[in-house]
Amino acid sequence: MEEMHVLLRNKGKINPEDAGSYISAGGYEGLKKALKMTTEEIIDVVRESKLRGRGGAGFPTYKKIQFALNDAEPKYVVCNADEGEPGTNKDRILLSSDPCSIFEGMAIIGKAIGAHIGYIYMRAEYSYLVPILESALKTSREHGCLGENIMGSGFDFDIKLRSGAGAYVCGEETALFESIEGKRGEPRYRPPFPGVKGLFGKPTILNNVETLANIGPIFMNGADWFRSIGTEGSSGTKLFTVCGNVKRRGVFEFPMGINLKDLIYEVCGGLEEGRTLLAVQTGGASGAVINKDQIDVMLDIDHVSDSGGRLGCGTILVIDDSNCIVDIVRNNLDFFRDESCGKCTPCREGGTRLYELIDKLCQEKGNVKDLETIEDLAETMRLTALCGLGHSTAVPVLSSIQNFYEDYIKHIDKEGCPVCSQMGGKQA
Amino acid sequence: MMKEAFTNYKTPSSQLVKVAEIAAPYRDRPEMLMKVVTQVQKIVPAFTDSVAAVIAREMNISQTQVYSFVTFYAMLSVKPRGKYIVRMCKSAPCHVLGAKEIVREMESLLGIKMGETTEDRRFTLEYCPCLGICDISPAIMINDKTYGNLTAESVRSVIKRYIREDVE
Repeated sequence: MEEMHVLLRNKGKINPEDAGSYISAGGYEGLKKALKMTTEEIIDVVRESKLRGRGGAGFPTYKKIQFALNDAEPKYVVCNADEGEPGTNKDRILLSSDPCSIFEGMAIIGKAIGAHIGYIYMRAEYSYLVPILESALKTSREHGCLGENIMGSGFDFDIKLRSGAGAYVCGEETALFESIEGKRGEPRYRPPFPGVKGLFGKPTILNNVETLANIGPIFMNGADWFRSIGTEGSSGTKLFTVCGNVKRRGVFEFPMGINLKDLIYEVCGGLEEGRTLLAVQTGGASGAVINKDQIDVMLDIDHVSDSGGRLGCGTILVIDDSNCIVDIVRNNLDFFRDESCGKCTPCREGGTRLYELIDKLCQEKGNVKDLETIEDLAETMRLTALCGLGHSTAVPVLSSIQNFYEDYIKHIDKEGCPVCSQMGGKQA
Repeated sequence: MMKEAFTNYKTPSSQLVKVAEIAAPYRDRPEMLMKVVTQVQKIVPAFTDSVAAVIAREMNISQTQVYSFVTFYAMLSVKPRGKYIVRMCKSAPCHVLGAKEIVREMESLLGIKMGETTEDRRFTLEYCPCLGICDISPAIMINDKTYGNLTAESVRSVIKRYIREDVE
């Protein structure tokens, strides 16, 4: 199966540190068009393209822009490059191979809402990408594509780089604002929403790296072109990060709607010889765990969520039969309890208790009553936690109980799990 | 507040002078705290009481704010850490590809457990969440360099190199 490269069109073909190289490949053409447009015209193009956020929630991008249409000054455009979802590398690939495409998207949104400053908040684990971004920013300014009076249009827009220091929760938009402001990255209560009071208390639009990288091509080629790719509800291409027990791992770009089974077996070559598929987790640690009979599914935002899963950021973790599903869920919960910021009780306490309960099952000390408690607790967290971190802790737990009920029962019946008895992880 | 007696580690005053030089340009700009602590971390092994006090004084913010900040982020530490911080991914993509074996190998080679620092303060072993390099998992990061597709043998040779020579 052939990949379709829209976002990865320049990967390996241009020098990512040099805006001149990006421009020769047709870069900043979308921005040039947008600079001649009014706010309404820009929003119309984004609306007609049906672009939806690529960070996980799938929110229509034009609506976010509309939320920030008010008279307050100044306004900010923020790029969420705090790619922390376990198993996800797509933003790293974009940041390292084509950073100018991200700047272009930010500048177009800046033009739409009248923002003159953008921030890129990048996770500390990607600190080695900072020199690439700094030099791409510098050369973009030299070519008049960022800075004062961009391309002679009279519009000013510049971008600042900010770094995290190791906190998954900073990928949550309001926590990210707190972190840029020099505080602990704890999520805020909403409302007020970021479009009204965001970074430094000013109207702010925050988008994922991949969402922003889509905007330049949309303005260059038109909304109709973009809508012609992908499916009815999810237009465009998507970057899928395939990882785990699969022969070919990496980031692949396909139109929205590619079949998950084809992605695993045809694109990625299937599993290692002698192994069979146990489960697939889509959307990272906060995604649903599905079994091998459920993988014949179209990967777009609506289809995956209709089937009880979550496309999220497009991460596909392939898990083979050398693993145990309860152990995988324990690993997910270990992550969430470590990363909970501790601000709200459902997530701080719930995450730890869920981990303890699942760990009890792994140690074959659990009973059926514990399973009920787990479901009750997970549902409570989903309903009451302050931010997405607490909400999504429940997703792998509830989906795995639903799709792997037998496996849970085996642990309760103390049938002796070879993986859990070795404290988890891959078995030789 | 941080008790230096707790770790018996004191920041030398020569380092405190350098910390002050880093923080001073950002007086009354609390939003630059991340930049300051990231730079300070390159010259001090721990955010002790005295380091926090100097940053607070120079930036004109409270010492509690500095402490609150550095204890929130996983990559900042109030306890002294080694010259080389070896971070092992603890997330599922590495977990399903044998991360446990890599951990076992590193612990036995360095003679410390995860979360500990060698006596000569050369190495700290830590778990971290996904490093975002799952195409080469299982993977580790040593300071800002990444190593992937690790096996028991290959991680051994990576660590041995850091034992023998200074890798910049």
